[in-house]
Order: sequence, then structure tokens, then C-alpha cells
Amino acid sequence: MIEFVLDGRSRVATYMQLVLQVKQALRVGLAQPGDRLPKVRDVAQALAINPNTVLKAYRELELEGLAEGRPGVGTFLVRTLAGPALAHQAELRAELTAWLHRAQAAGLTREDITALVDTTLRATPERPPTDGAAPA
Amino acid sequence: MTESALNTEALGKRYGQTWALRDCSLELPAGRIAALVGPNGAGKSTLLHLAVGLLRPDTGQVRVFGRDPREDPDARADLGFVAQDTPLYPDFTAAELITMGRRLNPRGWDDSIARDRLARLGLPLDKRVGRLSGGQRAQVALALALAKRPRLLLLDEPVAALDPLARHEFMQALMGAVGEYGTTVLLSSHLLNDLERVCDHLVLLHTSQVRLSAPVDDLLASHCRLVGPRTPDGAAVPGVAEVVRASHTERQSTLLVRTDGPVDENRWTVHQVTLEDLVLAHLGTSARPTASEVAA
Repeated sequence: MIEFVLDGRSRVATYMQLVLQVKQALRVGLAQPGDRLPKVRDVAQALAINPNTVLKAYRELELEGLAEGRPGVGTFLVRTLAGPALAHQAELRAELTAWLHRAQAAGLTREDITALVDTTLRATPERPPTDGAAPA
Repeated sequence: MTESALNTEALGKRYGQTWALRDCSLELPAGRIAALVGPNGAGKSTLLHLAVGLLRPDTGQVRVFGRDPREDPDARADLGFVAQDTPLYPDFTAAELITMGRRLNPRGWDDSIARDRLARLGLPLDKRVGRLSGGQRAQVALALALAKRPRLLLLDEPVAALDPLARHEFMQALMGAVGEYGTTVLLSSHLLNDLERVCDHLVLLHTSQVRLSAPVDDLLASHCRLVGPRTPDGAAVPGVAEVVRASHTERQSTLLVRTDGPVDENRWTVHQVTLEDLVLAHLGTSARPTASEVAA
């Protein structure tokens, strides 16, 4: 079962931090469809946060079709984000590492690289996946 | 519409010539965790004592789930209160305090809630509470308040005197309890950072009056900080309903504002604010609240 942590310095809203952690876990295969999310009360207690915040995160996951609430039982993951994308990650990571080394050799600092990636991401329109990776 | 857990109308309390709380109208919907914030002497404790019926109002009225806590024993049965510095009889053990709570609260009391909570924390039931640490005493007080099974739990500075670890453990216990029982909470505190993660509603008192009472999400969405070319005080800024706080340098103005429309983003750089920014800005102004803020 997923164990949530909070980044105290993050400006990302608390509920969104929980949503992103579930998505990240789904993406890398640490969480899978059928897994139950921790009880709202347990998350609220462990992180000392408002139970409504946890509920909001779970509702958001339900709205995105990633989770499903079963009354009296809990909230369960119903979809994965891994799929074919996961298989490509190792290869993409290797390419990215090579690119980062080139960027460093070219004299770019960490901040330069982050800024370059951010602006390029923003400037690049999203293309639909071509290899059947479309979510169900 | 959501049921109202706490409702006050033109509530006021006076000590001699001095108003401790004045013209206080607010509504706290059931299911919220509300922060009661304000400088010392702003009237926080007075408001809490009026809400639990320990003080008699001089003006206006207070309702707990629609009932007057001074007139109606059912209203008092709905209430739990953890007073400042969690006063407990120091020579009593936790077990004795639980027995006392049961005898004093014949309706609704559940021993097992207090016993289970203290057992889970590893707190001894047979030790005089005067011998416990501050954090442990706070946990005993919370467990006793929860055993009453209140629908509205009021806490007056429950963690102010605790060290950071005890404070965190107290908030963990409180949030776990809210998750379990769905209790509505009104919690006064100075520690804004702690509250940001916990509270979804803010009541801000300043000089004995309600300055803000609204859902935290609404407040954060409607306030922002604008940085742009120097703008004289009092000048109208499109999209801005109220300038809460302004500071100026020779060429630049920094405004913390409440917006009511889109702001010209070519002229202003818009920064999001934290709950703490917002509270500090509102405390820095002594202006009277506008009707829409208080009604929220």
C-alpha cells in the first residue's frame, strides 16, 4: 500500500501532492489497479492533515478515472498509468542522461537546464501516443 | 445547504467599559476544521467561552447546531471544549478523570474512546496527570473531550505550550479523530504554519471584531500579491476589490489585494499568497470589514 509523504516546502497544494504521489506510483508500477488506498483517517492521522484534504485527493483521483470508491470498503485504484510508457522509460532515461551530460559539457548550470526543459515542454504541443499507449 | 455547527449573530461581550468581543456574526458549517486566529486580546477565548455557554453574552446570540448552549442541555451535550493550557485536576489519574467525565456527562459518554486512545499512545491510566508531560496531559484532555462524543469540538490554544514533537502528535491525534467521527472543529492558535495543512475554514478576529470568516480555499483564491509600477494609495486597480496592504518604493508598488475580477497581467506580476501572508496582511490593517467578507 502506498505511504504518503508531504513536502513541507512545496507550494503545491496538499491534496494535489497526494494525487501526484498516487500518479507517480502508478506510472512507475509501484501501485497497481486493485490496490486499496490507505483509509482517509489513517492518512489524516499519519500526516496530521485535514481528513477533508485526503477526501479531496481521492475524489480527484476518482474524477480522473484512476480510482473508485466502494462504499464501506475503501477507495481502490482501477487503472494504471504505466502501460507501454513504462517499458520505454529506461531507454528514454538513458537518452536523457546522455543529453544532460552534453548540456553540462556545454556549460549549462542546473537552473539553465531546468529552465530550458520547462520552456521547451511548454512550447511543445502534446502529441497523441502512436503505439497504443492511449489510456483506456 | 450544509447544517450550521456554530452560528453567532451580533454577539458581544463587555467587561466594564471594554468590549472583549463586539458585533460578531459568523457561521461555521458542520464538517469544517476552522482556525480561530488573531492577536492576543482579540477576543478568541471570549468567543470560545461564549460558544460553550461558559459566558453570558451582553449582546446578540450564539447557536450550536441551532440551539442556545446556555438554555439547552442538548446543545451542551453536542459540545466538547479543551480550554487553554488543558487544565486537569493534577492529583487525579487519567482513569479517575474518565470516571468523572462519565458521571458528569450521563448522556453520550463513551469510556472506551478515551481508554483506547490513551492505550494506543502508551499513556498510563494510573498515574496522576500532574506527573505527566505537557504533551501527555494535552492528549488526556483531548481523549476526555472526545469521549463526550461532541459534534462540535472547541480548542483554545491546545498546542501553544507544547514542544514541536508533542504538537505534531497532538495534531495527528486530533486529525485522526476528526477522520473517524466527522467532528466539526474550531481551534484557536497562533501557529499559522501548523494551521495551513489542517484548517479548511478561517475566522480572523482583530480588535474584538470579525475581520474574516470564510473557507480557506475561497480566501486563497480571492487574494493575491501584485507587483508592478508605482500606484498611488487609493487609486482604483481593475479587478481589485480591496487593497489589504500596500507598500511602495520609488518606482514599484507591492499590493496584497482581494480580487473580484481579472487583473491586468501585463501591468502586474501576480503572486499567490499563503494563508500566513493573508492573515498578516489583514492584521496589519485596521479597516472595518466589508459586508461580503463577513457574510462569507
